[in-house]
Amino acid sequence: MDKKYFFVWEPEKLKQNQMYNAFSKVINEKNLQEKAEVIKSLFLGLTADTPVVKIMPEGNIYKGFAESDVETIIDNALNGKTSKFTCECGNKNSKVPEADPQSKQFKIVLRNAGYINPESIEDYIMRGGYSAVEKAVFSMTPDSLIAEVKASGLRGRGGAGFPTGLKWELTRREKDPVKYVICNADEGDPGAYMDRSIMEGDPHNLIEGMILGGYAIGSSQGFIYIRAEYPLAIERLEKALTAAREKGLLGKNILGSDFSFDIELRWGAGAFVCGEETALIASVEGKRGNPRPRPPFPSVSGLWNKPTFINNVETWANIPVIVEKGGAWFATIGTEKSKGTKVFAVTGKVKNPGLVEVPMGTTIREIVFDICGGINNGKKYKAVQTGGPSGGVIPEKFLDMQVDYETLQSIGSIMGSGGLIVMDEDDCMVDVNKFYLQFSVDESCGKCAPCRIGGKQILEILEKITKGNGEEKDVEKIKSIAMAMQKASLCALGQTTPNPVMSSLMYFEDEYMQHIKGKKCSTGKCKDLVSYTIISDKCIGCGLCAQRCPVTCISGEKRKPYLIDQSKCIKCGECYAVCKFNAVSRG
Amino acid sequence: MIQEINTGKMIDVVINGEKVSIYEGTTILDAARKVNVKIPTLCKHPDLDATASCGICVVKVKNNRKLLRACCTKAEPGMEITTHDGELFEVRKNVLDLILATHPNECLTCLRNRNCELQTLAEEFGIRQQPYKAMVKELPKDVSTKAVTLDPRKCIGCGRCVDVCQNIQKVHALEFLDRGFDTRMAPAGDIVLKESPCIKCGQCSAHCPVGALVEFDEVSNVWEALRNPELHCVAQIAPAVRVAFGEGFGMEPGELVTGKMYALLRKLGFKAAFDTNFAADLTIMEEGSEFVKKLTTEPKSLPLITSCCPAWVDFLEKYYPDLIEHFSTCKSPHEMLGALAKTYYAQKIGVDPSKVFVVSIMPCTAKKYEVQRSEDMKSSGYQDVDISLTTREFVRMTKSSGIDFKSLKPENVDSMLGTYTGAGTIFGATGGVMEAAIRTAYFLVTGKNLGTLDVEAVRGLKGIKTGVVDVQGTKVRVAVAHGTGNVRTLMDELREAKAQGKPMPYDFIEVMACEGGCIAGGGQPYMVSNELRRQRTAGIYKDDKECAIRVSHENPDIKRLYDEFLEKPLSHKSHKLLHTHYVSRPLYYK
Repeated sequence: MDKKYFFVWEPEKLKQNQMYNAFSKVINEKNLQEKAEVIKSLFLGLTADTPVVKIMPEGNIYKGFAESDVETIIDNALNGKTSKFTCECGNKNSKVPEADPQSKQFKIVLRNAGYINPESIEDYIMRGGYSAVEKAVFSMTPDSLIAEVKASGLRGRGGAGFPTGLKWELTRREKDPVKYVICNADEGDPGAYMDRSIMEGDPHNLIEGMILGGYAIGSSQGFIYIRAEYPLAIERLEKALTAAREKGLLGKNILGSDFSFDIELRWGAGAFVCGEETALIASVEGKRGNPRPRPPFPSVSGLWNKPTFINNVETWANIPVIVEKGGAWFATIGTEKSKGTKVFAVTGKVKNPGLVEVPMGTTIREIVFDICGGINNGKKYKAVQTGGPSGGVIPEKFLDMQVDYETLQSIGSIMGSGGLIVMDEDDCMVDVNKFYLQFSVDESCGKCAPCRIGGKQILEILEKITKGNGEEKDVEKIKSIAMAMQKASLCALGQTTPNPVMSSLMYFEDEYMQHIKGKKCSTGKCKDLVSYTIISDKCIGCGLCAQRCPVTCISGEKRKPYLIDQSKCIKCGECYAVCKFNAVSRG
Repeated sequence: MIQEINTGKMIDVVINGEKVSIYEGTTILDAARKVNVKIPTLCKHPDLDATASCGICVVKVKNNRKLLRACCTKAEPGMEITTHDGELFEVRKNVLDLILATHPNECLTCLRNRNCELQTLAEEFGIRQQPYKAMVKELPKDVSTKAVTLDPRKCIGCGRCVDVCQNIQKVHALEFLDRGFDTRMAPAGDIVLKESPCIKCGQCSAHCPVGALVEFDEVSNVWEALRNPELHCVAQIAPAVRVAFGEGFGMEPGELVTGKMYALLRKLGFKAAFDTNFAADLTIMEEGSEFVKKLTTEPKSLPLITSCCPAWVDFLEKYYPDLIEHFSTCKSPHEMLGALAKTYYAQKIGVDPSKVFVVSIMPCTAKKYEVQRSEDMKSSGYQDVDISLTTREFVRMTKSSGIDFKSLKPENVDSMLGTYTGAGTIFGATGGVMEAAIRTAYFLVTGKNLGTLDVEAVRGLKGIKTGVVDVQGTKVRVAVAHGTGNVRTLMDELREAKAQGKPMPYDFIEVMACEGGCIAGGGQPYMVSNELRRQRTAGIYKDDKECAIRVSHENPDIKRLYDEFLEKPLSHKSHKLLHTHYVSRPLYYK
């Protein structure tokens, strides 16, 4: 009988490893080590706030179980029975990615993640892994491989959307005998973890993609530039690289052919700007991670001045399937100009946050409402932010807009690497943008003046506005600085730093004006612009607000209107939230 | 200055509607200069590669949705470029406004007042107010080297100093620290310059567009000395100063102003106008003799490496202490002159040497460090040179004196420590010390002068120059390097030969720390480029050609000095006054 693998995920609020330990205990006590194995999964697709276990190879998923149910789950699984906790069930052990009309998802990049043991190369191979390498090395020329990638219409998933096949072709054309391929695994957008999930959940997929890339451009050395903050991804990649070398899939004469290729890991120190390709190259070379002017593009002169191409993790993860199924197949998915799928890390005020992989052209409404269950706690949708600190907001009127590179750009946002942050009516646009600006200001490399100084100046103005000192001319100042940054910054970081604030000014200028002219923040997020008072007509004197007030600044007698001491109030909003009679006013 | 390199192939581009033919590989910035269009920039220096940091030189290129930096974008055939329009003006002005918000408003008290690239640009853009919040970083001034002053508050982050320190000089003293808005230029490890590998060459200060890196200003100390009735002030001017000093007064680079400078010194109140060129001749007598002695008695101890450049001395003591044994023990010329002024000269004119105050006018910031380098610099019993001023300081001092320099009538030097030969004057350019030494060494060995005195092989701006001189059958292998980046290559070659037990590849080596030699020293007037180097160098060789005597050993004042005072080269007295010692120094003191 096949061995069963139990992939366990548990939310942070549980005791650390509680469920994992429960599974281990049962397996050990019953001496089931031959038949069952428990694996910690940091990633299980859409997750809720309860523990989840996925049983492989069947792919049955259970959630909402308690520690006492673990034994039953194991017993049932080993006896081929299902358990009553099933929330999603069925055999997912299908090698070929397919659209899932029910969930509106389509898993190409994430086809294996969560379904296989990421530390087992056998699992990957069992699902058809490395057959693309075999196919390419023995039956395809580098040119025909590039032709497939070009035919697929794949575009870089790092954000800018440059056609991948073209990038490969440009690098292949260079005459230098030494060339490099690099995987940009320096994922750094706040809230984004698509790449981490691929590396942790399916590291061989990335490695296979890079081997194919190396074969296509004629390189024998690849580097994965990975942030040191991803220790599990690093550990699994290291293991995967070792396993691939042992199987002859990396190193000299891959699978006995005359193609040799190997991959090394390089750790990044967590600088966001090192996601910019020229800064990344400088960092791999051991220099300060500052961008340099392009041209020359890395395809002509990159790492150690050799032709180099850089793709991000998600882009690489698409390659094996494209080679396996053909570029034409891939091109049937998505929209006219944006092919294939896109992985989004949906976070924020949404019922079911998590990773989703959808065909290009899916609407924001489908992602947020159909797949992720809509806004939490019945609140009203306000906007989503794509592209993180380089992107922009998508207001309600664009909910039915298709997500692809061009459409997003046309409304002032960008695809970005896949972070998708959902905001509801309680989020203040000025406050949110202060956060993004602070991020970009902290992450600017400091080399070029518009970015180094401009970001700091805009942040300063936003802070002034949220403190109630805004002036009408501040909006014009923001626009002037933003123009200078967008037009005169050296790299994409500086050019896109003003994007969030410019996009929010485009759709939410009223909210800025409310802060500036009215000195009010209707969401209560900007504490200097908010005060809480008790409306004596409505207060029934229940005292709940006083009980909840963390600084005991609310006093009064039962059944008589209570009073807030403004000098002590920290504007946490707890009283406003707990009052059942709308007797606390925020203004 | 157009930095157009002949790449063989011409291409056509259109700039503001005007067609221009340029060599392939020329940047848009230089292509524009060819049609007399000036694209403003704060970070691009004609001497350095583009750092592309300021963002002011952006231009429009047809069919390109982004603005491109003219400094680092190569013009491509058929490009249609717009360099100036309303939008570009707005973008540039906004960037300038942002930079000005981080720069202290201290123009009136700044050393770079009226000689500052940022100030000039602000004036050209008609900046009348500062729209953005002032955000000047409060960082301490670093005067630890007493040669180069670092004021990080004024830094605009252009990166020129870091580029020149790391990539041209390969000293690696300066680095960018921190990130984002907090990015600042400082010695690596955030220590003071004195405790860093800095060699005080001052190339950073010669390339800084603003007042963030400047020479350690000692003009007021010189005024104080001149106004002290008890002191007997004398001054000397270095070889390279005479071909650049005029630039401070609108004269052409390379124009010789030696006689005017002697007149100026006397007008300022100096009791004697001496010339370091004289001491350069003296150096040749000492160093030439040192070389001939080694060549004839102990050739295994060769090569001999020249030592007149104090930045190079510091570089050697820090980076190549294992090669100290090959270093000439000769002091630099101005130190020799200082020692003689407080001994020989003081005796002859009957002045108390403690009252003699020696001021050197030098193209160099490292000389400021050198005057207190070791106890050897007090060989007269007092500090041999009291103050060393850079050319730039002396220009400012002159302007404050009310003297109209250009209209001064040339005067003669004070002969006791002043008469010089063509060999002395060429010390100012790369290859000059070597050429002067060859002229005299040849004589010392053979008893006759070289047929042609011009040694072309060691002239020019090539980073490392090598050649062989036939001295009566003995092949003397010489090498010349300038710019410590090039010097490294040469020293590594020696080190490698030594490590492998192979014979040394050269017999005599000349080193100058700055590219082009002292004519482009760290204390010279701004905006140096290879074109400017060539102009100044041409002035130097013109001076040489026009000298009646062109070999040091025929200098009558030198002969008299040996007869009356020093006896002979390498005598006991010479060793006491004119030679020094070297020690290994750590790169970092902490």
